Amino acid sequence: MNHPQPPETSDKPLATGERLPKTELKDFGPEAVKEILAIAAKYPDKLAATLPALHIAQRDFGFVGLDAMKAVAKALSIPEGHVFGVASFYSMYQKHPVGRHHIQVCTNISCALRGAAKLLEKVSERTGVEPGAGPSADGEWSVEEVECLASCGSGPCLQVNHDIYDEDVDEAKLESILEGCKRGEYRAWAK
Amino acid sequence: MAIRTKPDHQRYTFEGFGSAKYPNLMLRGAGDLNNWPLAVYESKHEGYAGMRKALQMEPGAVIEDVKTSGIRGRGGAGFPAGLKWSFMPKDTAERKFTRYLVINADEGEPGTFKDRAILEYNPHQLIEGCIIAAYAMQANTCYVYIRGEFLWLIEKLEAAIEEAKAKGYLGKDILGSGFDLEILVHRGAGAYICGEETALLNSLEGRRGEPRVKPPFPAAKGVFGAPTTINNVETIAAVAPILRMGGAEYAKLGTPKNTGTRVFCLSGHIKRPGLYELPLGVPLDFILNDLAGGSSTGKKIKAVIPGGASAPVFSEKEFSTPMDFDAVRNAGSMAGSGGVIVLDEDTCMVQACLRLIRFYAHESCGQCTPCREGCNWMEMILHRIEHGQGRTEDLDLLASMTPNIAGKTLCALGDAACGPMDSILQKFRHEFVHHIEHKTCMVSGHRLLAHVGAH
Repeated sequence: MNHPQPPETSDKPLATGERLPKTELKDFGPEAVKEILAIAAKYPDKLAATLPALHIAQRDFGFVGLDAMKAVAKALSIPEGHVFGVASFYSMYQKHPVGRHHIQVCTNISCALRGAAKLLEKVSERTGVEPGAGPSADGEWSVEEVECLASCGSGPCLQVNHDIYDEDVDEAKLESILEGCKRGEYRAWAK
Repeated sequence: MAIRTKPDHQRYTFEGFGSAKYPNLMLRGAGDLNNWPLAVYESKHEGYAGMRKALQMEPGAVIEDVKTSGIRGRGGAGFPAGLKWSFMPKDTAERKFTRYLVINADEGEPGTFKDRAILEYNPHQLIEGCIIAAYAMQANTCYVYIRGEFLWLIEKLEAAIEEAKAKGYLGKDILGSGFDLEILVHRGAGAYICGEETALLNSLEGRRGEPRVKPPFPAAKGVFGAPTTINNVETIAAVAPILRMGGAEYAKLGTPKNTGTRVFCLSGHIKRPGLYELPLGVPLDFILNDLAGGSSTGKKIKAVIPGGASAPVFSEKEFSTPMDFDAVRNAGSMAGSGGVIVLDEDTCMVQACLRLIRFYAHESCGQCTPCREGCNWMEMILHRIEHGQGRTEDLDLLASMTPNIAGKTLCALGDAACGPMDSILQKFRHEFVHHIEHKTCMVSGHRLLAHVGAH
């Protein structure tokens, strides 16, 4: 068909045969394993700790690549395939490296009505990164378009690394957020 | 713990809020960042009074009181909460059950931001509600499923739980009643579908968030195979004032079959966006014009989405609808989660529709073919109309797709996508026709789609 296809969204699923990038870390440290097992003990079934364990994996590994998934499976003694299925289902587990400041801009309807499209373009222009395109050359920035962040009344809204988010973001405010990032006011990604 | 220090931009009050006509039950102290600790909740907001009263009563009597209050679930479906609780199986001489209470704090419906405010300012009201509800159903474990983005709210709720534990409100033998309760917080990982109750259960069990086949309903077989009740944050938080004031007194608020207050979330082109706690049955135009000051852009309001992004759109002639579950349904939409999104007349409805459908195409879990394929195709067709390559027959094609998605899937996500699609196509068909004929928007005051990223 000869019509424009909507491009893939930023957290695109893995294509068939696509390899996940390698992480530096290959396995959890003993502390992390202890932490995961403590969480698993809170549930009647250790499988329930898959999501929390993947959050820990993302914190320690930087992003959830194959090694991180295998480490989770090993720590909880659950099938690797199960962990892969779960990790690939949820969009908050980054399957590719992100920048030290991962900026997530909500572009859903309420924010869009209040100028999220312009904000996303501005963020992309100022950081030099396309949304969903991976980190900038210096590893400082990455940008992601996300769905509703529950800040509809005070949009447009963006979140830097799961830290507390910023609302009513206009150009001046965006500048101060980016300056704040450079000065290290936000916790770096996965720290 | 990451306590929020930045001032909050949301608006939580309006003129006359807190009076007898507009009582403040859900948003006490909202906006004040020091409002969350237990000491403040007990000294200023009659905290844990409802719990003390409930623990003196028989569990069955608590359920009866909640039934008397007539409260309907605030998460979207509007199912009576007391009735839902009474579906939980009781212990018999032969069989003892492990029962679970699960709180749905996976607030992801575009246009809704009420649960966030409750977690931010009144986490203890939620905890009190959990204790009352768990006592009524005799559940000894309560899971609170919070969306992963709310990391700081998770830390705050955990701190509040520790406070309650230290006071003896949680743990073993609460206040000498012989009832034990533990509340555990479970962090989600960014999937809108996990707001659906059985998908949430799967996610809580550590699986992909795919909705389950019903029956068995969660009250028979829920999380970890045990009887489970799932309630929205707002519903459970409302249980605290219900017990405190008594179900009969609460039932006097609102309209007879739609009792109580609910928190409406106003967003979009509105002068004073924010949270408005109002008794059910207040007319929409009164909320929009008298309370929230009308349109923010000075242009006329063209359309309103009355109950979160899944609700069919209202055009001008439905603006006088009283905002309660039944009246909104009779007017052809749904009260849903209380997210009221306002669109002014400069908004291109084709863009708005594409933006909404893109969300559903993105968030469809992929389990049922009609929703997985249908939402994606709707997105692609809308995308080509928006980009000036639409064809006249596309409109009939879109209209023919929705009956093949709605009602043909395991959960309501397919229906949720069809609601806005059908209603926008029906009520604003001329904008689609203009798009196809002139290859451009009919009105273009606001650009909803960015030139980078997914567009």
